[in-house]
This record gives sequence, structure tokens and C-alpha cells, in this order.
Amino acid sequence: MAIEPASELSSVEGATGFEAAAEREHAVGIGPWRLAGRRLRRNKVALAFGVLFLLLVGLALAAPLWAKDVAHTTTSANHLTEILHEGNKQVYVVSLSGVPVGPQWFAAGGKFFLGADDNGRDVMVRLLYGARTSLEIGIAAALITTVLAVVVALFAGYLRGITDTVLSRIMDIMWAFPVVILGVALGTALSIGGLKVGPVTLQSGSIAIPILIIGFVYVVYMARPLRGQVLSMREKEFIEAARAQGMGSFRIMFTEILPNLASTIVVFFPLAIANAILLEAYLSFLGAGVQPPTPSWGEMISEGIDRITTAPHLTIVPGLMLVLTVLALNIFGEGVRDALDPRSKVRISDN
Amino acid sequence: MIAVLFAISVITFAIFNVIPNGDPAFRLAGHSATPATIATIRHEWGFDKPVYVQYEKTMEKIFNGTLISYSTQTNVDTEIRHDIWPTISLAVGAALLWMFFAICLGMYSALKAGKISDRFLTALALVGISMPVFWVGALLSYYLGFKAGIFPNGGYTSLTSNPVQWAWHLILPWTALSILFIGVYSRLVRSSILDTINEDFVRTARSKGLGQRQVLLKHVLRNSLIPVISLWGLDFGAIIGGGAIVTESVFNLGGVGQYAANSIQSLDVPPVMALTIFIAFFVVLFNTIVDIMYAWLDPRIRLS
Repeated sequence: MAIEPASELSSVEGATGFEAAAEREHAVGIGPWRLAGRRLRRNKVALAFGVLFLLLVGLALAAPLWAKDVAHTTTSANHLTEILHEGNKQVYVVSLSGVPVGPQWFAAGGKFFLGADDNGRDVMVRLLYGARTSLEIGIAAALITTVLAVVVALFAGYLRGITDTVLSRIMDIMWAFPVVILGVALGTALSIGGLKVGPVTLQSGSIAIPILIIGFVYVVYMARPLRGQVLSMREKEFIEAARAQGMGSFRIMFTEILPNLASTIVVFFPLAIANAILLEAYLSFLGAGVQPPTPSWGEMISEGIDRITTAPHLTIVPGLMLVLTVLALNIFGEGVRDALDPRSKVRISDN
Repeated sequence: MIAVLFAISVITFAIFNVIPNGDPAFRLAGHSATPATIATIRHEWGFDKPVYVQYEKTMEKIFNGTLISYSTQTNVDTEIRHDIWPTISLAVGAALLWMFFAICLGMYSALKAGKISDRFLTALALVGISMPVFWVGALLSYYLGFKAGIFPNGGYTSLTSNPVQWAWHLILPWTALSILFIGVYSRLVRSSILDTINEDFVRTARSKGLGQRQVLLKHVLRNSLIPVISLWGLDFGAIIGGGAIVTESVFNLGGVGQYAANSIQSLDVPPVMALTIFIAFFVVLFNTIVDIMYAWLDPRIRLS
């Protein structure tokens, strides 16, 4: 027949038409992590400082290269009596009155790039090795803090009851102890005899001791906000659903709640590293952290301050490196926080 | 609170006498570790007796003022009493200084300026929390004290003997400590003011016909400072606990913090133990006072 009912025609046309259109316009969902990544990429300042931090890590990793190939020395080799030949000048590494030479940059072919300390050691080499120590301690301590804080927050926040009461009381008490005092107390006590935990004995000069102390001291600052989040997540429907499915507590904690804590953890982690590096500097400055001769930024600043009137570069150089690193981490951390939760009131806190 | 104080004393005791490896008597004796001294210590502190007796004896020594440092042969309590004044001068002065500047900057930024001042304050805050206080202090002392000669090169003059010198010697340490916090607090003040300005009671005050300045100072500022004050109290406690220790050492102020720092350096345990407890106690007490004050200051809580 010539005339078909309009509806049939359009339904055949329409069906194909709609389908085709639907396929063309198939929406691609963008998850929150992708969105955050985009926001972060638009934040040029934060990215720049993130790259700066990675560069600093790279420099630290390149320490042995520099020591061997550019400066031809080690962290402890002292060149007290050496004389540098720069052009047609003769420069004492440590002058006759005990004043070490300042930054030479490339005048001596890479040796004493940033000068010498009064033991005749190459500051640049010590700085780079100090970077390794400080960064190692910072990152390891931050990892310990994060792992412990997450575990404590999950157990206290989800299991509630006695576990929560006990853990929360402990957290309140730790919260009252100022960070530096606690770190100093532990550092002093442990630096004399070392630490013995079961079969493992840590010698007093071991770098593991500051790592453990710093890692431990900051747990409370991360655990409290995380616990708050666990508490609020606990009441949500997806947890109820998981429970209804018969999931046990441990499974719920680690497979349902933990992934949702991920964004908070990601925000806190750079800040945790920054705080750990700073605390290490304070502890080493006071003599309760890294013990000499192991170089670390805090220890170098401490030595530098003792000699600041004759050789200010010994204080300025490691301090600047420290400030740059911590600043880079803080700025990048703020950027990550902005990217993951732009609605949060922009604030800087100590955790 | 008593429970917290008790727990702190237990933890301190544990940190020094239980956790570390090795002989506690040997640790306490420090540099004057002769067998006779060690034996005396072992007897006096009860290391040959069970743990709770040790704890009791330790606390007795600390709180009775009979604790002595074996390395320096001085009474810890006397030292602390003498050294407390520079510390208080430093902490209170710095706290007031940073608060003053934070309020000024925060108010200005909240009321007048726009994005630039916000960026500036953010940068200031971030840089502030990234710098170790002892480094800033050392550089200030070197450039403004030693080289330029504007300020004295450290040392402390007591308030009662010469107020002008007292302040003069403290200006650099105050600055060093404040730099940490000025940026952070001005942003706090700024955001708090911006929040308060939109509240109903401000609108009421304005519609009553009150002048801009009156509204600002009496209503907005007072209320916006309430949350800031409680944080300020907490940070004040933190300064005593940490910032003061390094600042006093760098500027040679002879306060409790420097006493702690020197004892740490020489691994002299009795003073460090006593100071740990006292400082932690002070922080807890102070925080409790701040909590009470906060509840009292906020009329909404007070009247409820």
C-alpha cells in the first residue's frame, strides 16, 4: 500500500535514528580521580613545585655520581690542607685562620661547588648525601605514619566499642604531648642505648631510630581526621549493604572503607613528608636525631650555626635546601587538596 | 584531665626508663658514670625493685624537687625555676606579636583587598610553615645582630632589671617565632571575619544605625576572633613545647628550652625527663584553660 501509518514509518526510522544518535552521543563518565587530575593539571603553581620536589629527589639520588665524578671526594674526606688552583689564583680550602672557603661554583672544576666546611669537607657533596638522609627519613617516616594512622582510624572508627574508647584515649594523651618534646624525649632516651624490640636490636646510630620516632609521633595528627571520616562513612548505605551481604568486619574495613579514605590519604601524604623532614631537622639540630658523622640537613644547619660568624654559607645552604623541599611539598600538597576537594575551606593546618 | 596528666607521667617514665635498651642507671649517670654513682642511682631510683616502685620513686624525685643531674651536680628544680622567666617572656611576647600582626593583616585583607592580598597571605603562610625556626633565628641574629649591629647578639636581660634592654634583646627572637605563625593566622582571621560579616547579628547592628567602625570593632572582630583564639591557645602551648627550645638555644636566652636543649646535647637524662613532664603538663593544663575560656567567650555557649 502507498500510504503507511505515520507512526509505523517514524517508529522504524525513529528507532534506527535514535539508536544511531544514542551511540554517537554515548556519554563517557569521568570518575572523581580523573576530574581531580584535570584540576591539578590546571594548577600550574602546584605542578611546578611538584616537579621541583622530584628534581630534588633526583639530585639526592645522584649524590654518589656527583661525589665521584664531579667533586672527586666523599662526605667525610677532609681536605684541610689542600690548595685549590683556580685560574692563576691559589685558594686555601681552609684558610690558615680556620675559615673555610665559600662557594666556588665551577671555578675549581666542580670541587667545593658550594664551598667547604671547617673540616675541609665538600659542602655540596655533604648536602646531596644529607638530602638522601633527610628524604629517606622523611618519606619512610611518612609511610609509617600513614600506615599506622589508617589502621588505628579504621579499627577505632569502625569497630567502635572498647577498641575505640581505648584508642581514642591513647590518641588524646599523645595529642597533648608537643611533637618536638616527644620526639626529643624518645630521641635522647634511645640514642644512648638503642632500641630492642623482641629479637630486633637497633643500634643507637641507626637511621631507623629517627624514622621510627618521627613516624610514630605524627600518627595521632593523621589518625584523628581519618577516624572522623570512618565514623561518618560507617553510617552510609553502602556499608549497610555490605553488612547485609554478610561481609565480615575486616573485609568491610579494608575493601569498602579504605578505598574511600584514599583521597584524604593522598592529600595528607605530601604534608606528612614535609612535617617529617622538618621534625628531623629539629631533632638533628638538638642532637636527638641523626647522629654525626651521618650528614643530614638538620645536622649541617646545626654545625653551620656554630660557625655562622666566619662561614655563613654553612648555615644558609642546607637551610635553603630544606626550606625549598618542605615548601615544594607544602605547595604541591595544597594543590592536591584543592584538586581533590575544591569545596573545602582553603586552610593550612599542621596536619 | 587528671587521667591525662597521670598517663603523661607514666609515658615519660616509660620513655626514659623502660623502653630503651640497656641499663637505666647507667643512662641516668650520664658522664659521671662511676661504679659508685651507678650503685647509688640504682638504690635511690629503685632499679633493683619492681617497675611500679621505680615509677613511684621517679615521680617522687621529680615532684619533690630533689631530682639532681648527675652530670652537672645541680638540682634540676632550682634550674627550672630560674630559667622559666626568659621562656615565658619569649613565648608570651611572640604570641602577642603574631596575633597583633595577624589581626591587622587579616582585617585589611578581609575588608579592603582582593585576590592579590589573599595570594600574598597564602604565600606568607606556606613559607612560614616551611622554615625551621632555628634557621630563621640564626640568620636574623647574624644579619641584623652581628653584622648590622642593630640588635644585640643574643643573651637575655631580665624585665625587672632593665625593661628596655629586655625588650631589645627579645625583638629578634620574637620575630623569628612569629614568622611561623603570622601567615597562617592572618588567613584564619581573614576567613573568620568574612564568615562573621555575613551573619545576621551584623546586619542587625548596621540596621540599628551603628557606625561602620563600631560594628567592625565591637561586633565583627570580637566574634570572629573567638575560634581563632582557641587555636592560638593551642599553638601557644606548642611553642612552649617546641619552638621555644630551639629559639632559646640560637639566641642564648637561658630559658627552660635552652636548658632542655643543652641537656639533650649532653645526653643528661634527669633534666630532660623532668622537662618533658613539666612541659607536657603545662600544655595539657593550658589547653584545658583555653577550652574553658572558649566556652565562656562564645556567648552562644555561655548562655545556653
